[in-house]
Amino acid sequence: MEFRQIGVLGAGNIGVGVVTDLVLHGITAVIVDISQEILRRAQAEVLKNIRFAPALSKTLPRVTKEEASSRMVLTTDLKAVSTCDFVIENVTEDWQTKKQVYENLERVAPPEVCFGANTSCISITQIAGATRRPANVVGIHLMNPVHLKPTVEVIRGFHTSDRTIEILLQLFSRLSKDAILVEDMPGFVSNRISHLFMNEAAFVLQDRVATAEKIDSIFKKCFGHKMGPLETADLIGLDTVMRSLDVLYESFQDPKYRCCPLLRKLVHAGHLGRKSGKGFYVYPEG
Amino acid sequence: MTSVTTAAESGIKEAVKRFILSSVNIPDLGDDDNLFETGIVNSLFAVQLMTFVEKTFAIEVEMDDLDIENFKSLNATVAFVSRKNGHRVA
Repeated sequence: MEFRQIGVLGAGNIGVGVVTDLVLHGITAVIVDISQEILRRAQAEVLKNIRFAPALSKTLPRVTKEEASSRMVLTTDLKAVSTCDFVIENVTEDWQTKKQVYENLERVAPPEVCFGANTSCISITQIAGATRRPANVVGIHLMNPVHLKPTVEVIRGFHTSDRTIEILLQLFSRLSKDAILVEDMPGFVSNRISHLFMNEAAFVLQDRVATAEKIDSIFKKCFGHKMGPLETADLIGLDTVMRSLDVLYESFQDPKYRCCPLLRKLVHAGHLGRKSGKGFYVYPEG
Repeated sequence: MTSVTTAAESGIKEAVKRFILSSVNIPDLGDDDNLFETGIVNSLFAVQLMTFVEKTFAIEVEMDDLDIENFKSLNATVAFVSRKNGHRVA
């Protein structure tokens, strides 16, 4: 399939990463969000990512600011995705929000177009149920920072067709990404496990067993992880982590997914991690 | 060649060091400690560091400057800023 235009719904952390990756690989992104302010911020972030990409990766294509700008269409009108070859949805990790978006998307996207649902934990089968094309809905779990990650978790929903999987793999091939295909259950493989790490790390911090730095150091220096669970949570956004834990708790009805009170308190205090400048750590401006 | 650290470079070093130490929880930082290889910071920090030097020293990190080698240590960053500012490199 020729990917000329890809719709990107939601211009938050991951949405910005998706757009960065598309634009770097010569694909036009039609970015939809609810306000011009969010879109303007997202555009600035994408341009910053593209500008600094060569320092972080030798293999990514070099793209000028002008080229990047010409490959972005920013809009608050969902109808703009009606000309897109594929739609990647990255809206807030909240079922009611996603449900509404998919019901609206169903009305504006041509019936043959496939939707990639980018979600941390919500079941792909549940999301597909909000459309009249469940065979065309596939789960994608992109990791931060999207343009620097070579591998993606792909989730086959109950009704997802082989054609849909094939189209998605072609798109990822254009982005030089490998995919690991798994079956659908809330949290899939990655987040079902990683959120237990992040949540328990928050409990350990709350219980004053160790400082955030020590907790993360044990993961990095003893387990050989690139990042510790608390700095990972800060990178993802503590609000997203909290919402994902709530989805896992709700889905499995298992108390092991109950959100740590300290994590919830930080979210309520507006300490959302890197994006707000404070989370488990403090981040200097920049 | 004799190494000479100018007052301007000392000021740059102090500011960059302060910025790095405010971002990571380590008691001190050696002039040539490799920030990325030693795992003191992850590669995303490079973007923060580049943005910081641009704002603080009114310089522009251009396409050809986008090499992690320019920011791998305190000394490398100071040398880069000095070069961009036209100061003598230590």
